[in-house]
Amino acid sequence: MAKRKPHDSDMFTPVSSVDVDDPHDMFSDVQIYKPHRAGIPNLPRYIREVWKRREFITELSRSMMVAQHSTTFFGRAWLIINPLLLAGVYYFLVYALRGGKAEPYYFAYLTGGLFMFYFVSGSMQGGSGSIVGGGRLVMNTAFPRLLLTIAAVRTAFFRFLPTVPVFYIIYLGSGLRPNWHQLLAIPAAFLIVLFAMGMAAIVATLQVYFRDTASFMTYFIRIWLYVSPVLWPWYSHGQTGIVELLLKFNPLYSLLGVWNDAILSSAYNPDKFPGGPVYAPLSLWLLAIAWAVGTLVVGCLYFISREREFAVRL
Amino acid sequence: MDSGYEDLSGADDETAKQAQIQRPEKAISRDLAISVKDLGVTYRTSFQATPTFKETIVRLGRGQRVVREVKALQEVSFDVQHGTVLGIIGHNGAGKSTLLRTIAGILPPNQGSVEVRGRVSTLLALGVGFNGYLTGRENVILGGLAAGLSREQVEDKFEEIAAFADLGDFIDMPMRTYSSGMYSRLAFSVAVNMDPDILLIDEALSAGDTKFKRRASAKMSEIMNTARTMLLVSHGLGTIKDLCNDCIWMDHGRLMMRGTPDDCVAAYNESVNASESSLTLEDI
Repeated sequence: MAKRKPHDSDMFTPVSSVDVDDPHDMFSDVQIYKPHRAGIPNLPRYIREVWKRREFITELSRSMMVAQHSTTFFGRAWLIINPLLLAGVYYFLVYALRGGKAEPYYFAYLTGGLFMFYFVSGSMQGGSGSIVGGGRLVMNTAFPRLLLTIAAVRTAFFRFLPTVPVFYIIYLGSGLRPNWHQLLAIPAAFLIVLFAMGMAAIVATLQVYFRDTASFMTYFIRIWLYVSPVLWPWYSHGQTGIVELLLKFNPLYSLLGVWNDAILSSAYNPDKFPGGPVYAPLSLWLLAIAWAVGTLVVGCLYFISREREFAVRL
Repeated sequence: MDSGYEDLSGADDETAKQAQIQRPEKAISRDLAISVKDLGVTYRTSFQATPTFKETIVRLGRGQRVVREVKALQEVSFDVQHGTVLGIIGHNGAGKSTLLRTIAGILPPNQGSVEVRGRVSTLLALGVGFNGYLTGRENVILGGLAAGLSREQVEDKFEEIAAFADLGDFIDMPMRTYSSGMYSRLAFSVAVNMDPDILLIDEALSAGDTKFKRRASAKMSEIMNTARTMLLVSHGLGTIKDLCNDCIWMDHGRLMMRGTPDDCVAAYNESVNASESSLTLEDI
């Protein structure tokens, strides 16, 4: 069989490890490591390896959350204190800036979107450190590196969960009532999780190559907050023409749009909205699905195509 | 092409010859454990210690190439039978650790192939404890889960590991509070207690105290007696002579010699022109 030319690809490429006894298990007893031209390994096999190690994800995420709070006075109570403080800051901001004239439901709208936005930004910040922070493990153990990033997204999601009751207290306190339309929040949140996973994979990879990615990201996320439908409702941005197009091109426009629609739209008091509640059109949902799935696929494939090089770059 | 199985059935002449030349004397089983064929590994690294956007932009502006190639391994071929304790010696940067990482499947080869038969456990430099904020227990469990063991398997092994490492209450303390000796004791304990078929050890015994070293070498003898395979990288040439029944000498990414530990150590010493003095320097 013809020998492969050395360095026929410009980067380290993932290596197919072909198992003689069981071609489906790349980490079983017989492994063969060879150069591989294509950047993407056998994906079903990769996914199976990730699934086999799913306990690693929960264990890492759980231990990290405990460790992060082990040196703080309030410990795990920070999971509740954080969103409360955040809501407090924005409550102050809204009422100070608007001279106390803001509608009560605006505050519910604001916190609902803000908590979800912080889940996305938390996933990206956790994701950016996930590979670089896993240094020794990455250098010394062969395992699908995506596990580290999935664990970071899981951590961000478990930080998001306690904000749901906080939001709901604000929601009920604003005089809004629960309704069935809010069940749409589940698929909306699911789409946002997929999107956050894709973004986390992208920044995790970038961070390996450019260690200042995380520093830039802080400012990028701040701007992203302002151009996303968090402080303003998705259906009234007051922009036209090219600016409107750019706003709508933002993935979070559709994703946070359907999220906010799900948790709030139908609850608006018809007295305050003479035209009745504004529901998200199907097109917004389709756009959200496209962004979520597209980002997940592109982000994870980019990550996987580069991950064999991580051990060298750390 | 990708199956690569045909590559292996047609045994490489060179490696076959090498296998004939050196048949490890203590080898119990003659089954092939590791087969390395024409292995080449090239690192493409950036000049900067920490890559940043700014540096990249400045370099692009100057028209400089950002990466440079380091040929860590070139045309390395050898076979290892099960039951062999193979010492790997050579100067710093000779490619010893790269070789172990490639065999462990952590680094991808750029050329050639590596075939490994059996469950591999690695004890590479700074092996355990990737996160200093997690406890020893958490780091051990996470390491095992990442290696593909189930939670039950890891927890079964954990008591043995903790007992052998003998860290007392420190096992539930964050690893940033550990001394370097405690680190290496735990790392060694993890590697040897995972019941591997093939154990890859890189400079592992350097940091433990005398008491632990004694227990460690007893454990290594036990592993050798159960016909398991071990690859041992060490600068302690005395250790290599004591523990190994086979040896390779690496130099600048190339395999210089395959032979008995005594022969390899002698040849290596001759090349560094240090004669027996390096034997006495090893424990400083």
